Amino acid sequence: MRKSVASVLAGIGMALACSTSVHAQDKQLTIFWAEWDPANYLQELGNEYEKETGVKVVVETTPWADFQTKAFTEFNAKGSAYDLVVGDSQWLGAASEGGHYVDLTDFVKENKVNEKMAEATVKYYAEYPGGSGKYWSIPAEGDAVGWAYRKDWFEDPKEMEAFKAKYGYDLAPPKTFKELTDIAEFFNRPDQNRYGIAIYTQNQYDGLAMGVENALFSYGAELGDYGTYKVDGIVNSDKAVAALENYRKLFGFTPPGWTNAFFVENNQAITEGLAAMSMNYFAFLPSLLNESTNPYAKNTGFFANPAGPGGDQYAALGGQGISVVSYSNNKEEAMKFLKWFIQDDTQKKWADLGGYTCNKAVLESEAFQNATPYNKAFYETMFKVKDFWAVPEYAELLQQLNQRVYPYVVNGQGSAKEVLDALAGDWDGTFKKYGRVK
Amino acid sequence: MATAVISTLDPKSRAAARGMSDIAIRNLFIVPTILFLIVFNIFPLLYSLGYSFTDFRASTNAPANFVGLQNYRELLNDPYIWNNFVVTAKYVIVSVVGQVIVGFGTAMLLNRDIPFKGLITTLLLLPMMLSMAVVGLFWKLLYDPSWGVINWALGLGKFQWLGDPDMALYAVAITDIWMWAPFVMLLSLAGLSAVPKHLYEAAAIDRAGPLYTFFRITLPLVAPILMIAIIFRTMEAFKTFDLAYVLSTQPSTEVISIRLYKMAFQEWQTGRSCALAYIVLIMVLAITNIYVKYLNKVKER
Repeated sequence: MRKSVASVLAGIGMALACSTSVHAQDKQLTIFWAEWDPANYLQELGNEYEKETGVKVVVETTPWADFQTKAFTEFNAKGSAYDLVVGDSQWLGAASEGGHYVDLTDFVKENKVNEKMAEATVKYYAEYPGGSGKYWSIPAEGDAVGWAYRKDWFEDPKEMEAFKAKYGYDLAPPKTFKELTDIAEFFNRPDQNRYGIAIYTQNQYDGLAMGVENALFSYGAELGDYGTYKVDGIVNSDKAVAALENYRKLFGFTPPGWTNAFFVENNQAITEGLAAMSMNYFAFLPSLLNESTNPYAKNTGFFANPAGPGGDQYAALGGQGISVVSYSNNKEEAMKFLKWFIQDDTQKKWADLGGYTCNKAVLESEAFQNATPYNKAFYETMFKVKDFWAVPEYAELLQQLNQRVYPYVVNGQGSAKEVLDALAGDWDGTFKKYGRVK
Repeated sequence: MATAVISTLDPKSRAAARGMSDIAIRNLFIVPTILFLIVFNIFPLLYSLGYSFTDFRASTNAPANFVGLQNYRELLNDPYIWNNFVVTAKYVIVSVVGQVIVGFGTAMLLNRDIPFKGLITTLLLLPMMLSMAVVGLFWKLLYDPSWGVINWALGLGKFQWLGDPDMALYAVAITDIWMWAPFVMLLSLAGLSAVPKHLYEAAAIDRAGPLYTFFRITLPLVAPILMIAIIFRTMEAFKTFDLAYVLSTQPSTEVISIRLYKMAFQEWQTGRSCALAYIVLIMVLAITNIYVKYLNKVKER
């Protein structure tokens, strides 16, 4: 008995010794992000920081599917596991009102972050509530939805001739949604196992919403008034209805079973040679240029989200800002890291590594725009992006959008007008529930 | 009988030699278990019952307000939630019936002397040992209309297993049947091998037909153990999450646990999701109770 007690004590002692030795180690910053290539680039950037300052930076990742859940579970428990988090733009409301993020307003103003970074990125990644001048993040990974296309199909003389004969204008990367739809229809040939277009349809989180937004915003429609929370007459405006009808039409030119598609599937549409065009976040486009992952890498081109009938041209925003977690034990070190991160040199390094910088100077430089085939489309897009609601109850709004819009887009149930009218009612109800409108 | 085992200690045992009383021994084993159950099961159960009457959201620091039965009222008036329940019921029926037919049928086939019986049984059990999420991802590829093996093998062309809203639920159920029919088979096999051989011999002497033998001898004797398999599978099917979540996003496959997950961990409506969880719990309890009553009846026969 005594022996076993002694061994238990010894075990406890060992455990304590190990844990104290960890604490005694050099300072370490833990950054939480989703599992994808940019997180690896951030780790490399972190290694540079360690070389310069001796502070170790560890980027911890989790798959996209449970990124939000895991981050908020940690926040809700007031856990100090993460010092910084590279969080989605929609989280801003929940994370700032919940007290999970440190207020970075002074930091942003002192360091002129709002002047150094592209306006849209500061507006959507950092500021909450919209227009309040209060900042909670530093734009880190800029991202928006762009398009990849099959250059060899587009530049095939026979196809070009046939297209011109049918539609009366030259076959080229589309500049408008009408051209996009024509081209999708033109290349949609199920008997040849070729399809016109790949779009987002997944309704588990924000996939479908991001896809629909591309049409909606370019058609000149809005999701609502982000200042007054008025939605009726805005999200179900004639422009919005026309945009949604167009999205449904595009769905008709997708490969069979395109009912659960998000970034993975849309890249597959290109790598499997299934579709002529495919929408995807810029962050996922680099792998399309890699010949080991895409046999058509040499024949893949890129274009920015086209304009709508009224000439408006916008794209759905992705991307993330980096924030300091309120419950971190290393807040001061974290701020020092941010200060280093926003320097022009660091931002240039970040872009060189493969990160999508939001730094204006870097974005505007020739070197950046010519570095890859998609950088120019990215630069064009980043100055005309719009985002989903960022209120704390955004996930309920997303769910309501999925419930209403998915059956229409994918299964053809109801009409665009009915669906958006119902959605306006749902959203209004949610805003009333949280006391945002009377 | 059971109490006798607990309360009397063999006087020659080492525990008795150390001077430990029966009560001490009992406490040593039972108290930690009870404590564990209270801390990890009973306490969260009651705590979440309390939350189900509030508008608590775990993602904010705002205090929870008591809202009475509002969560329950709104949930039971939500047509989408009712649709989730209908989907779940359909799924449970299709999936459990399928598993029983396939599982019991396979067991009947295996319940005879055939070469490599052990090996075949082990191989048939493999699907059960895989992770649900992995099975879901694999079947998603198998079902794919553009490059899936199933359409190719069956010559179905571009048939959309998961894309067709009417077919998607059956596609998920087929995957579940593939995965869990072996479980029913295993239990049925145990039941079948326990049926006394002399009953079949007697039936043969009386010139009973195969159908008569099956319905009068085999089925009644295997019924209790088959019922246990059905209870397990029903409870599991009711709680299905991974398979349906990974395979399909059609509203026609959104079983109640997926809705619950979204409500609790995407929308962070903690109070309301607790209420929904309670509604589900009560339903599972009620269904299980009906089964258990029936099981006892079957056993009495």
